[in-house]
Amino acid sequence: MTDLARAHLQEQFDQPTQQKQAATLGMWQFLATEVLFFGVLFAAYTACRYRFADGFAEAARHTHVVFGSIETAVLLISSCGAALALRNVELGGRRVAAALLAGTAALGTVFLVLHGVEYASEYREGLVPGLRFDHAGPHARAVELFYCLYFLITGFHSLHVIIGVVLMTVMAVKAWRGRFGPGYATPLENAALYWHFVDIVWIFVYPMIYLVGRASA
Amino acid sequence: MIGFAPPQASSFAPRIDMLFNAMLVLCSIVALGVFVVMIWFCIKYRRGSPAERGQRESSNLTVELSWTLIPFLMFCGLFGWSLYLWDGLRTPPHDASTVYVVGKQWMWKIQHPGGQREIDQLHLPLGVPTRLVMTSQDVIHSFYVPAFRIKQDLLPGRYTQMWFTPTETGTFDLMCAEFCGTDHAAMRGEVVVMRPDDYARWMQSHAQVGLAERGEMLFRRFGCSGCHGSGATVHAPDLDGIYGTTVALTDGSVATVDDRYLHDSIMLPKSQVVAGYAPIMPSYENRIGEEDVLALLAYIKSTQQPGPHPTEPSHERH
Amino acid sequence: MSGTDINLSMEPSYLVSGGNTLWSWLTTHDHKRIAILYALGITFFFFLGGAAAVLVRLELATPAGDLLTAETYNKTFTFHGIVMVWFFLVPSIPTTLGNFLVPMMIGARDMAFPRLNLFSWYLYMAAGLFTIAMLLLGGVDTGWTFYTPFSTMFSNTHVILAAVGVFVVGFSSILTGINILVTVHSLRAKGMLWFRLPLFVWAMYATSIVMVLATPVLAMTLALIALERLAGIGIFDPALGGDPLLFQHFFWFYSHPAVYIMVLPAMGVASELITMGARQKIFGYRFMTWSMLAIAVIGFLVWGHHMFVAGQSMYASMVFSILSFVIAVPSAIKVFNWVGTLYKGHLDFHAPMLYGLGFVGLFMLGGLTGLFLAATALDVNLTDTYFVVSHFHYIMVGGSVMAYLGGIHYWWPKITGRLYSERLAKFAALLMFLGFNLTFFPQYLLGYEGMPRRYHEYLPKYQMLNVLSSAGASILAVSYLLPLAYLGWSLFRGARAGPNPFRATGLEWTTPSPPPAHNFTVPPVVTEGPYEYRP
Repeated sequence: MTDLARAHLQEQFDQPTQQKQAATLGMWQFLATEVLFFGVLFAAYTACRYRFADGFAEAARHTHVVFGSIETAVLLISSCGAALALRNVELGGRRVAAALLAGTAALGTVFLVLHGVEYASEYREGLVPGLRFDHAGPHARAVELFYCLYFLITGFHSLHVIIGVVLMTVMAVKAWRGRFGPGYATPLENAALYWHFVDIVWIFVYPMIYLVGRASA
Repeated sequence: MIGFAPPQASSFAPRIDMLFNAMLVLCSIVALGVFVVMIWFCIKYRRGSPAERGQRESSNLTVELSWTLIPFLMFCGLFGWSLYLWDGLRTPPHDASTVYVVGKQWMWKIQHPGGQREIDQLHLPLGVPTRLVMTSQDVIHSFYVPAFRIKQDLLPGRYTQMWFTPTETGTFDLMCAEFCGTDHAAMRGEVVVMRPDDYARWMQSHAQVGLAERGEMLFRRFGCSGCHGSGATVHAPDLDGIYGTTVALTDGSVATVDDRYLHDSIMLPKSQVVAGYAPIMPSYENRIGEEDVLALLAYIKSTQQPGPHPTEPSHERH
Repeated sequence: MSGTDINLSMEPSYLVSGGNTLWSWLTTHDHKRIAILYALGITFFFFLGGAAAVLVRLELATPAGDLLTAETYNKTFTFHGIVMVWFFLVPSIPTTLGNFLVPMMIGARDMAFPRLNLFSWYLYMAAGLFTIAMLLLGGVDTGWTFYTPFSTMFSNTHVILAAVGVFVVGFSSILTGINILVTVHSLRAKGMLWFRLPLFVWAMYATSIVMVLATPVLAMTLALIALERLAGIGIFDPALGGDPLLFQHFFWFYSHPAVYIMVLPAMGVASELITMGARQKIFGYRFMTWSMLAIAVIGFLVWGHHMFVAGQSMYASMVFSILSFVIAVPSAIKVFNWVGTLYKGHLDFHAPMLYGLGFVGLFMLGGLTGLFLAATALDVNLTDTYFVVSHFHYIMVGGSVMAYLGGIHYWWPKITGRLYSERLAKFAALLMFLGFNLTFFPQYLLGYEGMPRRYHEYLPKYQMLNVLSSAGASILAVSYLLPLAYLGWSLFRGARAGPNPFRATGLEWTTPSPPPAHNFTVPPVVTEGPYEYRP
């Protein structure tokens, strides 16, 4: 075990491997709770979509699929960056890792900005329930419900992205300062795990929100 | 428990009580058995007692499996018995007479098909299977008659149903059993079961315009006939004899015209538009109360297309 | 157990080492100090929720609603439910006894994440203060179950504040659960194999699985209610095409497992009390562990038994019914095994044992009445009546509270280093048993007679049983105040406790009372299973 690992050994642990296992297990469990947290929203969406198939399809056609697709690509690339950064640290790197992590945070910010643009656009188009909702037509109620769920799901997701951006920035700074090494990268691993999870949630959100109703006539 | 039970006033009550009493006996035997053994062990094996202890095994698969499987089998038996009763509880006979109930904070509004209306009272004939079709005007309520041993929640936006056959004349407590706000505890009433001849007299003396006739009046008053009537210029579906049929909707799906469909067509018309029609029907959501909706439904159900046309009573079995 | 003296060092106890200032306590990482911090909050909320219960029972002594207005009564029973469920029952054993004992029982120096532990406490206290503020601002009247559409569209009380308070305390719960799970996985001492763990640790483990997986569902459900109230989103509003029943599914998907969060720890404590009281190994250790895990898992599959008359499909109800019967099987196994543990033992009837035996009896009665409710044909009559109220109080109060107090008494010498008055403790335990039965047994009869729950006023024919119940409640209240008094007294005047006053097995008893900050001077090495009592 490296000195770096030993230096970070907390007193309740005997061995650095033990600490690493514990931290990783803790992060996985936290992610399990997040799955259930988002799960309720997905379940609500599914229940409502089953009841209002037509309305949801129509509503989904008003989403900005180009933006959504770009955001998906952005997040996927950012996740790749995080994974590469971790690999770099494990191979003894420092500056490349820091740059990659900064890049991940930057891409996360790009995601948020793009999403902000979407939200602004939705406001202009009168698709924000509670604030400004002008959509009329046969499925107005279902469309409103869709957009409530849309803002809830993407809102909670974006909140998690913000937290992730902060985490990744902190990790980038730490990597730059050489706080991680081949024998000790647990905080980075777990932060990357969190980032990947946020990405995976988006992988489910994207088709649910943006792609529904576009394939059919 | 006999002294504490409410009167058995429905055909279900004796059978439900029988299951209850059987479970009571069973559970009492188990509870007594466990208590007796516990107390016996506590006395016999208290520290310093001369009881023989020797080697005590710390596990015994046979014993463990026995007290796993025997309870499990007993539970299966009880479940089976309950299932049999449950099926009866949920399956109204086809010839059950229907009464409509609308719950609202904090009263029960009853409508008989003959048009008789009651508040916080429900008059019923002895021995006649009766089905209550119920909805709520606002929050969730629950129609509970302890003497009948049944209850059923009333939901806004949906019809729920409950059926029973009263087997005793008398006046029985009706109580709301789902917390519904400030005066939940005061949302009580009476179910009055009368002999058939007394009941007929009561119905006669309280006769009003029949429910379906009232519905027809409302059909005109609310302007429904303006679009759905025979002389209408607006292209709207013809409602004669529509109850129980299936219709194709604009999204390609097929719907059965039951109580729920009709209710939603009045309150949420845009949610299910018949294929070939424009979604121009206004919603009557805050303009018609649930009781009036029931009257309209009664009217629509009473209309016939020419020719034989079986109308199935709706079963909320979903 | 070898090395019993090695860990009886002369190090200062955790109560003094690390400083004795308020600041040292508020910034502690020591799981034992955090357990004490929690115990203070738990005790406070218990009596707060109990005060609400006193008001309820006072009102119900007469049929007329003459003590409180209907609105106030509705707010009172809601407050009682919210405080007792989320601020007392769910956290009580895991955060006090669990936090204190899990590391010690497995031979560790602390929990896996000490700072997270402290953060959990801050979340708990913040949520608690929030909830009290909500009360002072006028309270909430929806019942702890927050059913829609009443809670989202009709109640004009502080539903959103209440939802926020519970949301935050939910996260405290989740973090405690993660901490316990990781601690048990990662920090077991050498030789402490899984099947050598005391059953209390297994119980904490099973509870934590449920806490971690179920609580997020509650959090999001409450968020949806708050948003529906704020922005009228329409997920639960039938007028907008939503479904009020969807709320019930989401709510009970958490809240049924929640009741297992409330009872599994109590079962763990009971196993410790009974093995210690009988001075014997538990009968059927493996069956006991598997049954706790089975309860945790099956607990997620029975939520629909709260909705048999709610408008749920009759076929779904059938499935939930059989599963509800099935989940009674592991509980039955446990009751029989506890009784079996008494066989050929050397029974001592000190207060902890009395609480343990009381738990077994009352939990069994509560569990048996659950069977009635699992039968759909009977539930149709009994649901939403006092029969249900009595059923869950038998388990929560007769079960969980008795086990909690039993555990507090058992480990009091270890935690505080003091001994309490055994005579008063025995008296309080017996008084509690009597008071409890007098309070809640009549409620089964009331429910059977047809008295619905959450009734501010009731028909005069229900009065006699209500008076008995209220009388019992006053006895019960005294029996809860007694331990507060004599345990508090013992902190200042109690005799000093040795390391193992009950001559119990378990790693926690190999340390001084109270233990030093890091529990074990020399990390223990475990060579045998739990409960190896020598006669």
